Amino acid sequence: MTDKVAIIGVGMSKFGELWDKSLMDITMEAGMLSIFDSQVRGEDIDGIVVGNMSAGRFTGQEHLGALAADMGGLGPLPSYSVEAACASGGAAVRQAYMAILSGEHDMMMVLGCEKMSDVNQTEAMNTISVAGDWEWEGMFGATFPALYAFMARRHMQQFGTTDEHMSLVTVKNHANAAHNPWAQYQRPVPLKVVMGSGMLADPIRVLHSSPVTDGAAGLVMCSVETAKKYTDTPILIESSTQAGDTLALHDRKDITTMNSVVLSSKLALKEAKVELKDIDVFELHDSFTIGEIMLTEDIGICKKGEGGKILEEGITEIGGQYPVNTSGGLKARGHPVGATGVAQIVELTLQLRGDAEGRQIDGAEKGMAVNIGGTGATSIVHVLGR
Amino acid sequence: MAEQGVAQVWRKIRAIYNIQGNHCTTCDTYYFPPRPTCPQCRRKGVLEVYKFKGLGKVYSFAIVRSAPETFKRQLPYVIAQIEMDEGARLTAQIVNVDPENVTIGMRVRSCFRKITTYGESGLIVYGYKFEPTMEVTGHE
Amino acid sequence: MVGKVNPGIVGYGVYIPRYRIKTESIAVVWGEDGARLARGLGVFEKSVPGPDEDVATISVEAARNAVKHARIDPREIGAVYVGSESHPYAVKPTGTIVAEAIECTSDMTCADFEFACKAGTAAIQTSMGLVSSKMVKYALAIGSDTAQGRPGDALEYSAAAGGAAFIIGEENPVATITHTSSYTTDTPDFWRREGEAFPSHGARFTGEPAYFRHVGEGIKALFKKTDTTVDDYDYFVFHMPNGKFPLAMGRQVGVPPEKLEDSLVVRHIGNTYSGSAMMGLARILDIAKPGDKICMVAYGSGAGSDSFALTVEDEIVEHRGAVPTVDDYIARKTYVDYATYAKFRRKLKALS
Repeated sequence: MTDKVAIIGVGMSKFGELWDKSLMDITMEAGMLSIFDSQVRGEDIDGIVVGNMSAGRFTGQEHLGALAADMGGLGPLPSYSVEAACASGGAAVRQAYMAILSGEHDMMMVLGCEKMSDVNQTEAMNTISVAGDWEWEGMFGATFPALYAFMARRHMQQFGTTDEHMSLVTVKNHANAAHNPWAQYQRPVPLKVVMGSGMLADPIRVLHSSPVTDGAAGLVMCSVETAKKYTDTPILIESSTQAGDTLALHDRKDITTMNSVVLSSKLALKEAKVELKDIDVFELHDSFTIGEIMLTEDIGICKKGEGGKILEEGITEIGGQYPVNTSGGLKARGHPVGATGVAQIVELTLQLRGDAEGRQIDGAEKGMAVNIGGTGATSIVHVLGR
Repeated sequence: MAEQGVAQVWRKIRAIYNIQGNHCTTCDTYYFPPRPTCPQCRRKGVLEVYKFKGLGKVYSFAIVRSAPETFKRQLPYVIAQIEMDEGARLTAQIVNVDPENVTIGMRVRSCFRKITTYGESGLIVYGYKFEPTMEVTGHE
Repeated sequence: MVGKVNPGIVGYGVYIPRYRIKTESIAVVWGEDGARLARGLGVFEKSVPGPDEDVATISVEAARNAVKHARIDPREIGAVYVGSESHPYAVKPTGTIVAEAIECTSDMTCADFEFACKAGTAAIQTSMGLVSSKMVKYALAIGSDTAQGRPGDALEYSAAAGGAAFIIGEENPVATITHTSSYTTDTPDFWRREGEAFPSHGARFTGEPAYFRHVGEGIKALFKKTDTTVDDYDYFVFHMPNGKFPLAMGRQVGVPPEKLEDSLVVRHIGNTYSGSAMMGLARILDIAKPGDKICMVAYGSGAGSDSFALTVEDEIVEHRGAVPTVDDYIARKTYVDYATYAKFRRKLKALS
């Protein structure tokens, strides 16, 4: 048993349309890089948790835990997958955290992965849409962008949020990703181009939406006592929380707020014994840019309805008071569904180590990641510290 | 794979043809689709079958311009969250309207349409869509 | 043929889809003179079903209107019959979908009918028999179609979509059916083989030996059996393959055009096949006065005619305004061009 869990190794595959690599290729890449980074030996790992949303539909394969252990040559150790739609990665991190905290495991590998380009775009869209309520939303024609569009339209009507606000998120995140060697898109995009892009589901434009991506990210986590054997700068998980909400968006009282985020972020700060202003860098789930706007409000960076205003004021830029998505976020880094939650932790770890070249928040000591499943039915929050 | 979807759809035919949900008589809340328990009352809740009147207003909406195969012929189409008069909300397409004319708060009424099919030789799924209330729907 | 109490229509409802295409919009694609064609056919525009509409959805909307109009408990409907030549399934009844959607399952009988454009009236006759023999209290007969016209063929200008539902019963009908008579032969004027997308027909053969002979003989037989003449009726409704045939038929029988005028919905919505004569009858019922007498003759290729003599009752006044009228549906329209029409009607091969 321990009372603090540390991250001692991180690794990522490049995120993008990776025709030459299979799901296992990218997962192994992320895993091995994280092991090398941690300087542990393979035999020291005593368990694997895989975060993945839908390998069955994307590639035909389930039972990824066994496959990963097998391909990694890590022997008969316990290994399984967890799924919480787009929060599968965060769920995997949380799973390993709880296992190490309890003493059942001492050193675990977390692998978040998704290979989405082996099916055509229409199939990929269909598969993503089951993150919402398939029976009562998807089947009736509500695509996943349409669900976020419902939220965007209410947010625009109630608070005056604009097309431009939603587009400023894209501009910021692409500018940040230009410094992220693993990001899917590494070139800045002008505001005019974003606002001129076609509509996916009015009012959400194509360039307000995260792309279809292949990618994997890995972590090596262990108790803080064990961590001291490998590094002087373990990054600690100060808290790990989760809260839920109704699966269908139409069953929520107010769709301009993700109540699961309000609850889980408040609890995360409390358990980490910090206030929001103590957090130096944020990774907030921007599957659609309106998501980032809503999350900045729901975790308390600004009041409800002012998520657009703070973008105008540059508050969430690198150099701003509350930098959000220095990695490029889901929009520019890419969104291989199961990998995202783990990639957020990778970015925060690099930031806290001082290794986020070109996009570093100077002296960053605390970071927060918010990973969302579906339209907010799951919210998993981690606070990291040095 | 023509047999796919059969039982899953059949089980909810009353719900999707007639917007039949339930009503918790303990806390007087209406639910659609029908729920196994009342989330507010849980074991204290007494649920009865309830058929919604089919009238409501638009709570939010989107104009879908990129969609799966079975919906391609209808693009662009309006999908909306409808708040029914009884209080429950559901997600459905709005038809018989030009997308530019849809507004939040617009009054709508349910109608019976094809929702989707399981391929060329598979089951046709029928169910609810909504249209603006007007003289020809028997309103105003 | 009928017992002491005549069966009648206790309630009715119709449905016509919103989309329309003008005769001229079709003609321009095939290089024809649209204005002349429209005048010649007596069809100026026709109704087009949306991509999510079919005979099941049209029948349900019409049936729901009928139930509301009749003010009956749908569970007392003991039979549902849907007549069409464009049922959504080749095997699986449309009737059960309708029955479930109006909540009259499961203590009831059901079947689908086919006899080209008179499938709906055949269903009415069967319903009359069930009701008169006291096998059921109410029976629902629907004539509904989303007929396909072969692109470039003359019938493309008139093949339209719509449906009419009539609930037959004995208690307080809005109109009594005092007599029905049919004239049936094996005449191949218009048909569609299994698996074919579009029907075939005998062109001019569909006129005199088919439509005119069967409607003419049918109405003659009705007049003889009821000892009536043209003068005993206030309104006539004939099946409307276009706007000319019913008027020509009227001239042959000696019906003054003003007695036919009000039923000619075909001019605005085209030929709704199994729904055609029944839609015409519905429009007459929308405007007729208690005591008026109506003569309706439906015609189905293959071939046969079903003739009906009806008397409008006082009861009809009570039910007016409950549901939209035929004119309400005719007035609700949005035009589409040929390309959109072809997309909706699945005439483009690539799209599934």
